[in-house]
Amino acid sequence: MKHVLSFTLNGAPVDALVQATDTLLDVLREKIGLTGTKRGCDTGNCGACTVLIDNEPVNACLTIALTVTGKTVTTVEGLVEGSELHPLQKAFHEHGASQCGFCTSGMLMAAKALLDKHPQPSRSAIVEFMSGNLCRCGTYLEVIEAIQAVAGGK
Amino acid sequence: MTEYVGQSMPRYNGIGQVTGTARYVDDIQFPGMLYVKVLRSPVHKGTIRNLDLSAVAKTTGVAGVLTADDIPGQNAYGFYGDSQVFNPKQPRFKGEPIAAVVAVDEDTAMEALAKAKLDIEEQTPVFDMFEALKPNAPLVRPGTANNLFEYAPGKTTFVIKLGDIEKGFQEADHVIEGTYKEGMQDHCPMEPHVSVARIDDADRLEIYTHSQCLNVHLGFLCPVFNLPQSKINYIGGRCGGGFGGKNDIHCDHIAGLAALKFRKPVKFRFTRKEDLAYSTKRGPWVFEYKTGFKSDGRIVASHIREFHDSGAYTGLSPYCIEKCGMFASGPYAVPNILVEAQVIYTNKPVSSSMRGFAVLNGQVAMETQMSRIAEQLGLDPWELRFINAWRDGDMGASRYVVQGAGAIEAMRKCAELAGIQLPAKLMEMNSRRR
Repeated sequence: MKHVLSFTLNGAPVDALVQATDTLLDVLREKIGLTGTKRGCDTGNCGACTVLIDNEPVNACLTIALTVTGKTVTTVEGLVEGSELHPLQKAFHEHGASQCGFCTSGMLMAAKALLDKHPQPSRSAIVEFMSGNLCRCGTYLEVIEAIQAVAGGK
Repeated sequence: MTEYVGQSMPRYNGIGQVTGTARYVDDIQFPGMLYVKVLRSPVHKGTIRNLDLSAVAKTTGVAGVLTADDIPGQNAYGFYGDSQVFNPKQPRFKGEPIAAVVAVDEDTAMEALAKAKLDIEEQTPVFDMFEALKPNAPLVRPGTANNLFEYAPGKTTFVIKLGDIEKGFQEADHVIEGTYKEGMQDHCPMEPHVSVARIDDADRLEIYTHSQCLNVHLGFLCPVFNLPQSKINYIGGRCGGGFGGKNDIHCDHIAGLAALKFRKPVKFRFTRKEDLAYSTKRGPWVFEYKTGFKSDGRIVASHIREFHDSGAYTGLSPYCIEKCGMFASGPYAVPNILVEAQVIYTNKPVSSSMRGFAVLNGQVAMETQMSRIAEQLGLDPWELRFINAWRDGDMGASRYVVQGAGAIEAMRKCAELAGIQLPAKLMEMNSRRR
């Protein structure tokens, strides 16, 4: 049996026909076609699928899609402001914080959630907050640098 | 050039990565795309008595099944050509593909696969290399005499010789022996293995891949599909992390066969569990080191025995033990070297390339030997490494002449970064002369 899921995605209302067992990740990637959010483990371990639900960072692979009914979801595709990259996107690019790029979308969304709440986080607060996002290439130091650069207004 | 050399440059394709528009293989979707799931061997070693897929094929939403009989060319691929696309007779490791189902989605495919009637006789497997070397050990490869890779008929040991190993040990004032064991390791890229295939508008087989070596893999795929290269459009470019794991084919062959048989777009992707459990690995190693050295710290003899667990197929193991052997005495000028190495088959997932083709595996053992030598001689471990480090003109294990040596300078930089003040005599050394 299918259900109509209505929510706000990157600022615009969307409807999707979903099954009760579909995750938000399934719906974003396979039904709506926004593939910026990545499927790394599908078990809530790697953070590659991090999106914001009402500004909170969440693993989309662990979120039953129907639970976002009426909520606001932001994905990496919603970060660009008009034709301008978000400061975090610019900083990740300039600091080499994205190597193979597969974890980058999730990293960016987690970093946005952090800076929205704590615009001037300490280094240890960044490390703690980003600990749910894995990067196999090992860009952790560059990710911290990029977040610090945005927090410092650079 | 000066505007680039020495400068930190943003990635040429990095904007796509920070905007989510970079297209990885799993991001590709085509209308009417079908999905593949593989029936994997439930046992580590066995003989298939019968396989009945009729209930699988009849399941609603299933396009059909794929077996070894559907392969237009040869049921073999890989660097040494011995991996099987589907093993219809005697699976050699748990998780080895036996057949596949193609369905409208993955849930349907999994439900259908649960209806497969696999009658398989479980046999005693062998997991440990040294158990596999015993007489009467279970044979991993049916019809072979033993569990050893053959470099040439009857030649199962790969040997590297430099200088005279016996003379070297006679000259040595001391000898230290050590056995080192290293375990299996997965590459664990963030992007699991995946492939998308379809027949394009020019009737070519189009495959989207994250291959780390496109032209090599194209060469593997042609004989499987029985197609010339001109009939395969093999499209790569984006790889969500490989680390050597995408140096072997995991999905492209099966996705391609499904597209050829059903003439629809097809996706085949591993779950993270499949990725960890069944993909190629950095294989386990056992090293036996015997290192002879003078009282002043100069190493004069290095006898190394390598035992490499290749798993159920050859993968890139023979190449790995060769390369490992070439560098197993470290970046040190050792005049007398003997390396004896064997590739041993066991009923485990296939060992292949990972980050440096096993050069690093030997370093773990050698550097432990170095630390033990320094301890025994009461010598500064930095000094031991500095006096033995390659200088330009030294000869490596396989008789290559070292040029552009830099171990001393690299170690000095490490010391600086670690805040260690090295003695003056080490600061005066360099890699140009001894």
